[in-house]
This record gives sequence, C-alpha cells and structure tokens, in this order.
Amino acid sequence: MAIFLNSDSKIIVQGMTGAEGTKHTTRMLASGANIVGGVNARKAGQQVTIGGSELTVFGTVEEAMKETGANTSVIFVPPKFAKDAVIEAIDAQIELAVVITEGIPVHDSAGFWAHACATGNKTRIIGPNCPGVISPGKSNAGIIPADITGQGKIGLVSKSGTLTYQLMYELRDIGFSTAVGIGGDPVIGTTHIDALAAFEADPETEAIVMIGEIGGDAEERAAEFIKANVTKPVVGYVAGFTAPEGKTMGHAGAIVSGSAGTAQAKKDALEAVGVKVGKTPSETAQLARELFS
Amino acid sequence: MDLYEYQAKDLFASHGVPTLPGSVANDANEARVVAEGIGGKVVIKAQVKTGGRGKAGGVKLADSPAEAAEKAEAILGLDIKGHVVHRVLVAEASDIAEEYYFSFLLDRANRTFLCIASAEGGVEIEEVARTNPDAVAKIAIDPIAGVDLAKARDIAAKANYPEAVRESAAEVIVKLWETFVAEDATLVEVNPLVRDPQDKIIALDGKVTLDENAAFRQPGHAALVDTKTEDPLEAKAKQHDLNYVKLDGQVGIIGNGAGLVMSTLDVVAYAGERHSGVKPANFLDIGGGASAEVMAAGLDVVLGDPDVKAVFVNVFGGITACDAVADGIVSALGMLGDGATKPLVVRLDGNNVDEGRRILAEANHPLVTLVDTMDNAADKAAELAAAGA
Repeated sequence: MAIFLNSDSKIIVQGMTGAEGTKHTTRMLASGANIVGGVNARKAGQQVTIGGSELTVFGTVEEAMKETGANTSVIFVPPKFAKDAVIEAIDAQIELAVVITEGIPVHDSAGFWAHACATGNKTRIIGPNCPGVISPGKSNAGIIPADITGQGKIGLVSKSGTLTYQLMYELRDIGFSTAVGIGGDPVIGTTHIDALAAFEADPETEAIVMIGEIGGDAEERAAEFIKANVTKPVVGYVAGFTAPEGKTMGHAGAIVSGSAGTAQAKKDALEAVGVKVGKTPSETAQLARELFS
Repeated sequence: MDLYEYQAKDLFASHGVPTLPGSVANDANEARVVAEGIGGKVVIKAQVKTGGRGKAGGVKLADSPAEAAEKAEAILGLDIKGHVVHRVLVAEASDIAEEYYFSFLLDRANRTFLCIASAEGGVEIEEVARTNPDAVAKIAIDPIAGVDLAKARDIAAKANYPEAVRESAAEVIVKLWETFVAEDATLVEVNPLVRDPQDKIIALDGKVTLDENAAFRQPGHAALVDTKTEDPLEAKAKQHDLNYVKLDGQVGIIGNGAGLVMSTLDVVAYAGERHSGVKPANFLDIGGGASAEVMAAGLDVVLGDPDVKAVFVNVFGGITACDAVADGIVSALGMLGDGATKPLVVRLDGNNVDEGRRILAEANHPLVTLVDTMDNAADKAAELAAAGA
C-alpha cells in the first residue's frame, strides 16, 4: 500500500513532448514509473523515444486512457494552456491528475476546481505548482527525485518541494510510504487534510510528517482534522516564522496578512492537538525519528 | 500586485464602474491643474498602499485650485506608516448620503470566490464584522456561473442596501465582477461605495490586487508597477527573473525553492540569537532548476546590498544539480573579482553533491566556507555576519 500512487499506476504525461515534460518523463522512467504514453493534440499519433522507451503521443486524455488503461496523468502544460489540460483530464474522469505547472493564474485554478466539483469530483487533483507524488519503490508522478530515499513507514505531506526533499533526505534511514507535494498556490486540489485522511487509512504508513508554511489557514484546519480523525502520530514543521507581513515569499500562497496565517498561529494550533512541531527541518526529522526508536 | 487608489479608480472607470471626476498629481502644480479642470470643491488624497491615511493627515479638502496646490504640497512627502507619499489623487468632493462596503475576493479555504457586502461602510469592515456580524453578508460566488444581474440583485438584497438604490447597486456590482474577472484580480474592494443625494451609486475608494501569474494575458498590467518606490535591489532581481525580497538584516540568503528559503530565514534568525542578534537580509529563491548563470546573478544582487555582512547559500539539489550551483558560485566570484569581499557559507546536499563539493574544495576560494548541515551552516553565517558588522 501507499497513497494515491502505487506500483499498478499507469501514467500518461500531458505536455510530454515539451522541454520540461521530456526531461521529467525521462527521470520518472529512470525511477521505475510505469509511463504508458503522452498527450499532445498537435502531435497525435506520433511515436517518440524518451529515456530509451518508445511512447505513443495521443490526441486526447480520453483516447490515451482507452488505449493504455492509464489512471494517472502528470501535467507539464504551460500556464496559458494548463486550465484546458486539467479540464480535459477531469472530463476524461482519470483517477489522478498531478499538475506540476507553476504560474497558473488563480482564476484558472479556481475555474478548473469549480469544474471538478460541478462534475462530481471524479478526479483527484494534486497541485498546481507542486512537485508531485512519489511512493518510493513503487511509482513516481512528478519531479520529486527518486534517489533521495527508499520505501518505508513515513507518510509526508508538504506545500513545498525543496522542504519535502530536505525532510526525505533527513529521514532517509527510515524511508517513506508516500510523499505528496500539494503545492504552494492559493487554490490547490488536494489539501493537507486529504493527505492526512489517506495516510490514516494506509496500513503501510505508521507516522505522518506534515510540512506547512505561512499564509491561509490550511494548517489550522488540518489541526482540527487531526484532533477528530487521526490516530497515527503526526510531526509538523512550519516555515516562515521570520517572514514579514504583506510580502509574498515566492509561493503565491505564502504571504502573511494581518494576524491570520502566521507561522506561530499554525504551530500553536498543531501543538494544541498533540502534534510535535520542530523548530527547524533537522529538529523535525529528529522528532519523527524518535517515534521509531 | 496591489494597486494605488488612483490606479483602481482608472481601472473601475475603464469597466464602466461609476467613479468621481479626478486625476492623479505628482506635484502641487499638477494638483492645481486637476482642480481647475474639476471646478469647485475637491478632495486631495495621499496615494499610499496602506490604511489610516486620513488620521495621518493624508486627506484634505480644498475650495479652490490654489488651495488644492497648497494642500497637495502639505501631503506630498508625508511618511504614512513608512510609506512616503509621492502622488496625490485630486477628485471632486462628493456629497455623500450613505456609505456601504463591497468586495469580491479569492476565498482560499473554499477554493472559490467570495463577495463580502454590507450596508455599513466607510469604516473598517473587520470592526463591523466583529461588533455586528449580521450586518456583513458573505456570499460564495461560483467561478463558472459568475455574477449576472439576478445574482447581483441577490447580493444587494443580502447586503441590505436600501431598496431605493438596490437596482442601481446591482448594476454596479455586475460591472465590479466584470472588472474582477477581466483584470485577473484576486481582490476588488470598494470602501466606501456611496449613495449620493441623487441616489446614484459611486465607487469612492478602491483597493485592487492583481494576479501576477496572469501577466502573460494582461499586457496592460506591467505599466501599473510603481518603479518610484520599488527597492532598487528588488528591481535588479526582477530583471533576472529572480524571486527576491529585501529584508532588514545582515545575513544574505540564497536558496532554491520558496519553502526551503523561508525555512533558511528562520534557521538563520535562530542562529542570530547566538550571534549579536543578526538577522536575514533578504529572501532569494533561485528556483528549482537553477543554472550557474542564475546563481551568479543571485550572488550579484545579494552582494549588492550594503547591509549584507555574510552570505549563506543553502541548496538542496532536487532538480538543481549541486555541481551547477558550485560552478555558479565559482564563476560569480571570478566575475566579481576584488568586488567580492564578503564571506560565503555554502551548504550543498542532494543531486550531484559530491561533485559540487569537490568543485568548491578545488577552487579553494578564501571567502568560501563549506559546511555540511543547514543548522551548522546557518550558525557559521550568523557568526561571520556578526563579526563583520
């Protein structure tokens, strides 16, 4: 077991023939992911060789699913076309759409999210502006490096890509069931809560590491969810204690406005429900490691 | 990007939202000319991206063009909560019968848009929401359905706008929604939305935030960037497409990925507590796939900050290869030559780390210290910054 992604996952890549798509399809293949094709309406029917694998480019997600049995799509389509690409994946009712694309206008993300809700939420959307999801030793959908760590007992959910890598590296001796990068944009498909619920239900996951950052109230809501629904131990980390008010710190969502959304408020909310919160990434890793000693 | 009031007013006007006659003025003489054009009583308002300007003396009435110039002179150059006034808005002084509150904004928690409206306006809406929550209507807006006249009427009714102006308010609400969508805004706020003695609805003051991710389809937005108050280092970073925010400390920070860089700021601030209270001098994210050129451009920006006494380069190579980062550091130091005088603490981990560390060890630059963990490197950088301060 793992969450969202496992060894049976059959992956297609929307935007596979673009520079980013090709680069990361190569990396995913090298890490053992089962990539079964790509989608690009303008190159429909072409055969391309990526990372030594012969892959078919399909005209639509629907056609790719019909021909290959794909159940997961990783989306590298540029921001301008990303909304249409995600809506296409939703309309094809693919199980999982991982939106890596950075810089999608929030009106577009709100638009495809509304479309997903209006059509019954048949597709789990991860992202946008995220590193994707990896179940080490099983599959890899996105850009998380596969060589940091192997399969293990920790489930990790994070808004940030590089902090995900940092924590995976610090806890490489224990290993991960699944690591999910949910992305730092203001509107995202899969939330901390969705990942916490899935880890709670996953027999392979014994402990959960949750990484948050300033902005919004997702961590506070996750704390409420943990109190009511999560029995497995959770260790937390929150970035942005020293970020000034009103300045955007790289992630579109990482901005402190007024008293809401501060790192301290998030830390307090998590600690109030029994989550141990590390002051630094290494302290957080230490807290997680203690659960296994 | 947050807009000034005068920019929001222009944007409203271009989408048919009623505003009062008026224009921005950069100096007292321009204020006189605008006041002459309007005729009669005018209001002079400081253009700053912060609240409380009325209390700070940033809003004044004038009966004549000469007085408008005089009042503008008094307001220009004021420091309002750290924001220096470079421009004033000169507008017709309106007769106000009633003041309302209205906004469209992004609702992150519910992943949709939200309308907040109240018949009690002109004051802090947070205050109204606290003391009289029933007076503040919050209405979810479906991004697909949007706001048509029927929805706008529903909003005006829920906001409890008086019946006599409900229809005209609804028409303005539809135009505000059109502004919100057409301009890729994440906030369109009108406070106050006023009813004049003739029952006309007018947007008297506006706050607009635009989504910078939409720049590719909003060619007009680039002209709204205020270069006058932009930090010169932030402007320089922007030229290189670097994500840089100037802060007020002494330890320059360069890292990859927004989350890791935010975390680095925290770790350096904690380390600073042990070293004379030094703090991070900036946020700089060189991005996921940073090349040697990007690293060099980043170092150039950070070393250009006279407050910086030491620099901490913190990279976890996921996509970024550590050897490219090391090459970037070495080539940037080569380019800067004798101009580089500040110590650099480097921590590399991840993709190709051995090669990256080897490159730095081989270059053996006297300013560069390689430290193996993030915490130890932060401590070293803080120590060096404290010694150099």
